[in-house]
Amino acid sequence: MNSVRGIFARLEIDERLLGMILCLVGIWIGFHLLSDGRFITPRNLYNLSLQTASVAIMAIGMVLIIIIRQIDLSVGSMLGLTAMIVGVVQTFWLPQILGGGHPMIMVIAVVCGITIGAALGGLNGLMIGYLGVPSFVVTLGGLLIWRGCAWWVTQGQTVAPLDENFTLLGGGVYGTIGATASWICAIVAAVVIAFAAHRRRRRHISFGFPVRPAWAETAVVAAQCALPLGFAAVMNAYEMPAVAAQKLAEMKGWEIPEGGIHIFMGIPIPVLILVALAISVSLLLNKTRFGRYVFAMGGNLEAAERAGINVKRMTVWVFVLMGALVGISAIVASARLQSAGNSIGQLDELRVIAAAVIGGCTLAGGAGTISGAILGAVVIQSLQSGMSLLGYDASLQNIVTGLVLVLAVYIDRLYQQRRPG
Amino acid sequence: MATPLVEMRNISISFGGVRAVDDVSIDLYPGEVVGLLGHNGAGKSTLIKILSGAYQADKGEILIDGELADIKSSRDARDHRIETIYQNLALADNLDACANLFLGREMTSMGLLDEPAMEAAARKVIGRLNPNFKKYHAPVSALSGGQRQSVAIARAVHFDARILIMDEPTAALGVQETKMVAELIQQLKREGIGIFLISHDLHDVFDLSDRLSVMKNGKLVGTVRTEDVTKDDVLGMIILGKQPGAAAA
Repeated sequence: MNSVRGIFARLEIDERLLGMILCLVGIWIGFHLLSDGRFITPRNLYNLSLQTASVAIMAIGMVLIIIIRQIDLSVGSMLGLTAMIVGVVQTFWLPQILGGGHPMIMVIAVVCGITIGAALGGLNGLMIGYLGVPSFVVTLGGLLIWRGCAWWVTQGQTVAPLDENFTLLGGGVYGTIGATASWICAIVAAVVIAFAAHRRRRRHISFGFPVRPAWAETAVVAAQCALPLGFAAVMNAYEMPAVAAQKLAEMKGWEIPEGGIHIFMGIPIPVLILVALAISVSLLLNKTRFGRYVFAMGGNLEAAERAGINVKRMTVWVFVLMGALVGISAIVASARLQSAGNSIGQLDELRVIAAAVIGGCTLAGGAGTISGAILGAVVIQSLQSGMSLLGYDASLQNIVTGLVLVLAVYIDRLYQQRRPG
Repeated sequence: MATPLVEMRNISISFGGVRAVDDVSIDLYPGEVVGLLGHNGAGKSTLIKILSGAYQADKGEILIDGELADIKSSRDARDHRIETIYQNLALADNLDACANLFLGREMTSMGLLDEPAMEAAARKVIGRLNPNFKKYHAPVSALSGGQRQSVAIARAVHFDARILIMDEPTAALGVQETKMVAELIQQLKREGIGIFLISHDLHDVFDLSDRLSVMKNGKLVGTVRTEDVTKDDVLGMIILGKQPGAAAA
């Protein structure tokens, strides 16, 4: 055991993250075998990535909330209210002003969603940071209030259909960037990863700090580069259904070759949004003063205050960020469903918190990673869609998800206790 | 003698009718350690918080290098190069030594944290104070009490503190670590830094201090040179509130 740890330490690999990845691979293989090979297919993985996006986007923000030792129980209801307002704006208001199908409708709706989300989050933050009401109470109130408001927006009616450009953001049949662009994105990502690793290594050497052995560095970077390339390959292996492909070709005026047209899907737009957000917030969390202060607040609030950090203002900003991410998530979720009903996002707060916690956030604050939380969201979604693939109903899905949550935290606890030093 | 680094003259402060500090004057010279002693509630912490900017005196004045200083906040204190090391050290346990050292004053390049530059600076300053320090990447929760104290002191030193306030610096430490902190204090003295050591326990500070100021019930009992008195003399001052006539400095 110690020699394995030694290798990991030498490679500077996060054992925790590796454990989660292995766990996820286990779950996937298990479902694949149980479902007679229907789980690990391009089509299922494509759908899985789409279903994960909304919760994963919110989990990014929840990581920061939990790191500063707060909680947000209102994200599901905030998502509901935001989605309802954005739905009404694009379906009832804007078409009257701009005319139906106007390209600006989507842009305005998106700006609207992010702004409303950020404002609701900011309200939470002000109550918690400046008025000193515990976040559990503020957001428990928000859970009820915003859900009630969501109903009020349309007196409970579902808003549909949403703007066509807007629904592309949900990653439906046409909501992808296509095969070629997917390859380009993946290759650019791989090059950036390799370049950044090279630069970091050179910098460390110039300062005389220890670095990984060259073979280890190469192996780790290669694994990291394989991730975007592999993902693009899988998404590009999923062929658009023939009817949809035919329709798309007619719409675009492409010539249909003999034997029918074959179009491959590529990376769905919501996943691209998720990746972009994950990278930017990771940068914010790990490479800026803001992120450093977030961690400091979770580690020792008093020390943070004494170091001159304005912890009240920081609290507000963290909740504003959470709110903005909820706004984006509301856009993605309603666009995927192509409608906004007042129950949208119900119980999402629990899935989001579970994702963050499975991903290694401790509720005591001070620790957590965004990559872990996203992986946590994938684990939860894999369990749910795997079980529905096998025909188990929602009640059993909830039972298993709950058990996995508790088990994951328990195992982590054991691991932390046995960790040397 | 030269101009004192710090002179607190006739300081008084009241909280709701209670005189927490009553007409107290103390001073501190460069490269000197002054122990500030007294029971809990004697007013020593309140007095020193006036110097560190947490409170403002009702009466009296503070002179730094012989010039009147107006200290209204901890930021003002920092501008006068006064740094405080709190009893609980005020470290963020989940961050490493380097992050704690620079907390609130991080180096950045192009808006991003410049980790290598900060680590290089941290290695320089901590290495100077404590050559045995190795755990630069471990969260400070994994460090020993003495190592944590090194990080807290390094933080003050790196930002050019001239006046250091240490609150119960060795209260929670074992024998070996207390010795290490004593060495750190000697090192700082050689660099010309003036240090106030605050403690309610005489034994913690007697051997480290050049002079001792004793407070009781908000008043200054007296200031004595450590070499002129015995521990029993000082204990008498703390308990009885009376200065041994012969040893007055």
